[in-house]
Amino acid sequence: MNIDTSLIENVASLARLELKDPEKKKFVEDFKEILKAFSELDNADVKDVKMSVQPIEMQDSMREDLKEESLSQKEALKNAKHKKDGYFKGPRAV
Amino acid sequence: MNTIEFIQKIRNGEIDPAENIARVMEEISKLNKEYNHFNMIADDAEKQAKNINLKGRLAGLPVSVKDCICVKGMESRSGSKILSGYKPVFDATAVRKVREEGGIIIGKTSQDEFGFGSFSSNMGEGFETPLNPVDKKRACGGSSGGSGGITAKISFPHISLGESTGGSIASPASFCGVTGLCPTYGRVSRYGLIDYGNSLDKIGPMAKSVSGAALMLEIIAGHDKNESTSLDKPVDAYTDYLQKDIKGMRIGVIREAFGEGIDDEVSEKVKDAISRLEDMGAKTEEVSLPLTMKYGIPAYYLISTSEASTNLAKFCGMRYGKTEELEDGFNKYFSKVRSSNLGEEAKRRIMLGTFARMAGYRDAYYIKALKVRSMIIKEYKKVFKKFDLLASPTMPSIAPKFSDIEKLSPLQQYMMDVLTVGPNIAGLPHLSVNAGELKGMPVGMMMVGDHLEEKKLVQAGGKLE
Repeated sequence: MNIDTSLIENVASLARLELKDPEKKKFVEDFKEILKAFSELDNADVKDVKMSVQPIEMQDSMREDLKEESLSQKEALKNAKHKKDGYFKGPRAV
Repeated sequence: MNTIEFIQKIRNGEIDPAENIARVMEEISKLNKEYNHFNMIADDAEKQAKNINLKGRLAGLPVSVKDCICVKGMESRSGSKILSGYKPVFDATAVRKVREEGGIIIGKTSQDEFGFGSFSSNMGEGFETPLNPVDKKRACGGSSGGSGGITAKISFPHISLGESTGGSIASPASFCGVTGLCPTYGRVSRYGLIDYGNSLDKIGPMAKSVSGAALMLEIIAGHDKNESTSLDKPVDAYTDYLQKDIKGMRIGVIREAFGEGIDDEVSEKVKDAISRLEDMGAKTEEVSLPLTMKYGIPAYYLISTSEASTNLAKFCGMRYGKTEELEDGFNKYFSKVRSSNLGEEAKRRIMLGTFARMAGYRDAYYIKALKVRSMIIKEYKKVFKKFDLLASPTMPSIAPKFSDIEKLSPLQQYMMDVLTVGPNIAGLPHLSVNAGELKGMPVGMMMVGDHLEEKKLVQAGGKLE
């Protein structure tokens, strides 16, 4: 794998981050060092091993589909600067 | 006076909670100018003290809360500039339970931005670095550094709510010389926790003593209908285990945790503490955890950064925290808010996690790490068939100096978590207790238990005080 500025720019774009040139340069070096060390995982034999998305067995938690108490519209909007007519207001979508 | 005696005196009217809290607030305000253990100090503590549940199990007790845990009406930023001004409209479940039992919330403790650090030195822009209570040139440990620091420094009975993703309760407990009890994943509700890695985050107590930590865990543990990963299992009376002897308790001493990369003198101090447990009747034997020690760091960092990269996507300048003028399209707007308000380590971890989940790399990194996690859990489960607890140093060294931390690369900093990532990735409860001093600095010993065996940690940990 080639870890270069173009890979870092691609990742940053997916992560919605705008990086300055010195940041890109630093992340190229960091990624090289970190991923080289993490390639240790290549040695792990995971044939027939299942993933653990949780560390402990969990059961699905379901409830009746009924209306319950929740935050009021006013409370939900309390921390938002951009709002209009009881809604969050966001940037242009297109 | 210990915490339990203090609460008793409040309950029977010997101590006035309002008078006590006034003195506490004066002390922490003064200390904070010197040590930066708080990101913000409550301005309503005396008002809270006048309305507490005087019969509660935490009656009148000052409780500090890590910045990543939501406290209603109190700015909760998780140490990040991007959450400036965010005042939650609700209490986290753990905070609600503390209040119901008469606890008084005194402030939000400092931490690495979003928990991204092992020393509390990766501060968000505009935040002060917490200083070690024993030596101000050294770090508190992280990421619950402020909680560790104030717990050691405060002269009044007090307990802190910390949070651990990969060792963030144990590390500051070790470096500051206090008790840190990180519970089983799901034992304490995460409702109201500003998440880092949702399959790894645990809220847990930090206290001057094991008894304080045990008492707090009894209160905050339990199922919560607002949090689907909280475990619906009965909560043990942890404080009852403080008095139980440890005759015949089987303790596995982790071989790899005393070897290469671990300070010899730290190892010696911890071995002394283990001998004390043997003197009290515990049976010890060496045990090996080869997969955990070899793969723990990469598996932990790949899983945690992957989760962080999605969990932090919500910080985009819309619903709370920092914003910009609403101009340009959404991609440009979100990128602008995020880029100017997230710190360097936050960006690095979001980048690493985004990369590990990218098409073409996902199988080799994220999915592989989740499979390795299964192997690590299996390795622990096998060992727990034979042992009640496992013991090791908590951290590979005493608290490092800031001047030495600056010289470490990000990877070298990640490697400092080598002893704590194992139990965290496997969701196992673990306790760090002070095992002695080295050059005047505290040395922490860590014990790890099987899932939901916090009581055994309390039972053994309490014997070392």
